[in-house]
Amino acid sequence: MTGEPTELFDLLSRAIESETPAVLATVVGLDPADETDPADLPEPGAKILIGVDDEPLGSLGNDDLDRVVIRDATGELSAGTTGLRHYGPRGEARADDVAVFVETFAPPPQMLIFGAVDFTAALSRVAKVLGYRVTVCDARPVFATNQRFPYADEVVVDWPNRLLTKVGPKLSGRDAICILTHDPKFDIPAALEALQTDVGYIGAMGSRRTTEDRNERLRNEGVSDADLSRIRAPIGLDLGGRTPEETAISICAEIISMRSGRKAAALKDVSGAIH
Amino acid sequence: MKEILPDLRRWRSQGLKVALARVVDVDGSGPRLPGAAMAVNENGEVAGSVSGGCVEGAVVTESLQCLEDGSRRIVTFGYSDDEAFAVGLTCGGTIHLYLEPLDW
Repeated sequence: MTGEPTELFDLLSRAIESETPAVLATVVGLDPADETDPADLPEPGAKILIGVDDEPLGSLGNDDLDRVVIRDATGELSAGTTGLRHYGPRGEARADDVAVFVETFAPPPQMLIFGAVDFTAALSRVAKVLGYRVTVCDARPVFATNQRFPYADEVVVDWPNRLLTKVGPKLSGRDAICILTHDPKFDIPAALEALQTDVGYIGAMGSRRTTEDRNERLRNEGVSDADLSRIRAPIGLDLGGRTPEETAISICAEIISMRSGRKAAALKDVSGAIH
Repeated sequence: MKEILPDLRRWRSQGLKVALARVVDVDGSGPRLPGAAMAVNENGEVAGSVSGGCVEGAVVTESLQCLEDGSRRIVTFGYSDDEAFAVGLTCGGTIHLYLEPLDW
């Protein structure tokens, strides 16, 4: 009965709130071909929830369809994608009888910010607005405090490269690393370790002279030009801002443009699709 | 769906009937991606959104209808689609919503 808590929704909402990866597959449409036996079709609204328990919960009505949808939904979960898929009544490919909406609930992307400076406070705030899970890391306990970074999910007192050795292998293309330390002592080991990860964005703050100096040091450490070009430095888009908040916007705007592969020009000055 | 979970939970605990509308597909320009969700309870209270505000009013009407008859269906809003509802998206895109009672 509607309004009574039932298992599937409660499990899903618990997974979403605890940031446990989960995927919900729902039969949203039926368009049976002439030769399809109506008895083979799933119930409209039938669901399977995957990722919350060891076993998938629920069923779309028959084992064959379940098996194919579970396989595809698991793939969507690892890619973090959401969309419509079409199948035959028993999971056949190249058929349109059954439309299944596969909705992924992935944990938020992560942003690691190195250096406990004013720019970090502003960047952590803007990153939270964009839905990132934010970790601030600095080796100096006097600066790396929760009080100074109330918007960060976590403040870690450690050398950035040591933190990356621990968490780096778990980072993916959705995640970002921003090096704001301004100090080669921390910068260089952090950048070297960041290049070992699969993050989609690595940015490093500093003037053009600092950037040249950093590039030189990294080359001396054996970093290739291809790897060096992964590091966005000086960090951010050329918006002409000065304050920590304006700089934070310029960094986040660069992250978005990197992800979408756009040139970050004004829409007024370009043509074509917006999205 | 994350943004509307607190409302969904509260309404369910109050025993209110709830309809859930999710964007399942977008053609062309569309303000929200698949997965964007909006919910309407039997008193007409709304949580979340599925567009930039162009179709929310019509979704409330459809949702109340869905609570009335318990139906589950895809509803399409679009500018160029002949079968689309009279309410369109000003951006020129088409969005497909799946509407169902939150009875699961």
